[in-house]
Amino acid sequence: MTMNPGAESLLIIVPAYNEAGAVGEVVREIRTVMPATPVLVIDDCSVDATPEVARQAGAYVMSLPHHLGLGGCVQAGYKLAFDLGYQYVIRLDGDGQHDPRFIPDILAALKESGCQMVIGSRYVRKDGKPTSVVRGLGIRFFRLILRPILGAKVYDPTSGYVGVNRQALEVFSRSFPLEYPEIEALVVLQRKAFRFREIPCEMRPRRAGKSSITPVRSFYYIIHVLLGVLVNILKFERRLWKR
Amino acid sequence: MQGLLNVVAILSVILLVSVMISLRRAHIRVEHSVAWFAAALVLLLISTAPGVLDAIALWSGLSDGPTTLVFLAFVVFLVVLYRFSRVISDLKDANIALAQKLAILEFRFQTFHEKQQSAESR
Repeated sequence: MTMNPGAESLLIIVPAYNEAGAVGEVVREIRTVMPATPVLVIDDCSVDATPEVARQAGAYVMSLPHHLGLGGCVQAGYKLAFDLGYQYVIRLDGDGQHDPRFIPDILAALKESGCQMVIGSRYVRKDGKPTSVVRGLGIRFFRLILRPILGAKVYDPTSGYVGVNRQALEVFSRSFPLEYPEIEALVVLQRKAFRFREIPCEMRPRRAGKSSITPVRSFYYIIHVLLGVLVNILKFERRLWKR
Repeated sequence: MQGLLNVVAILSVILLVSVMISLRRAHIRVEHSVAWFAAALVLLLISTAPGVLDAIALWSGLSDGPTTLVFLAFVVFLVVLYRFSRVISDLKDANIALAQKLAILEFRFQTFHEKQQSAESR
């Protein structure tokens, strides 16, 4: 496994913050499914042994000098991938919720569809269930909000199991939402008239650690994301108006 | 009313002196002290010149001097806080970009170093 991107090159990035209990297994699973593909764990300044565990499992590790949050962490990976010349990047979370068996499906969808982003979605199939009731309600709410903005139905807007091609990589390496990035990233792509596609994936319960989304933070999450979406729409309107 | 004006005047002077001391000790940068100096001077002016306060109260339609004073203090500090929110946002953006750049450079240096080491060992 080397980090020398070729013409069809893929980099798998795994943002991780205090995921020592899960990230090793995540990397090993990815390497079983995609043995020749480099795996980059971006350590968001964990206070546990996340970087050591990831390295031992066979991943490259890029350590941030201080905690940036999920968006800043993912964007650092996108920037590196873009600088190195990668054509495709697939992001999985370090907590083990995203099943690496679906990486080939996401890659194939990226290549065949020509879409700039492919989302691994638990709801494309009708039997998909949310990881919690609150999350399920939040997803329904954001589906309603995003439908007219994106001009297309999105089943799982909060999924972090995402593949992007080089066009999206270029955009995201310059501009990427820094907190709770998934939903806002869709609006950023919409501003560029880029397309996305969802493919069915199964999500699993997290392997270790605790989710950072508490009931109070859920409320903050909704307000933050709504504001972020609104700001992005305003930018979009201004851009159109200038034309 | 005069008591309130005296309190505001004393607080303004304390603010002015505090900012000057902080500047002298390099705890605040000059460009960030300007907003605080302006805020302190505005409050000092309206608290030591009741005529100005009365004129503003009459012009703005506010009922009396104390209400006008509190309102003006609120507006002045709102402007200062807004300015600092913008400064903090800019600094955060710059900080994130720097942290990412540092992480990327460190990673590239580390992988280059490892490659070189493995080439030398062959």
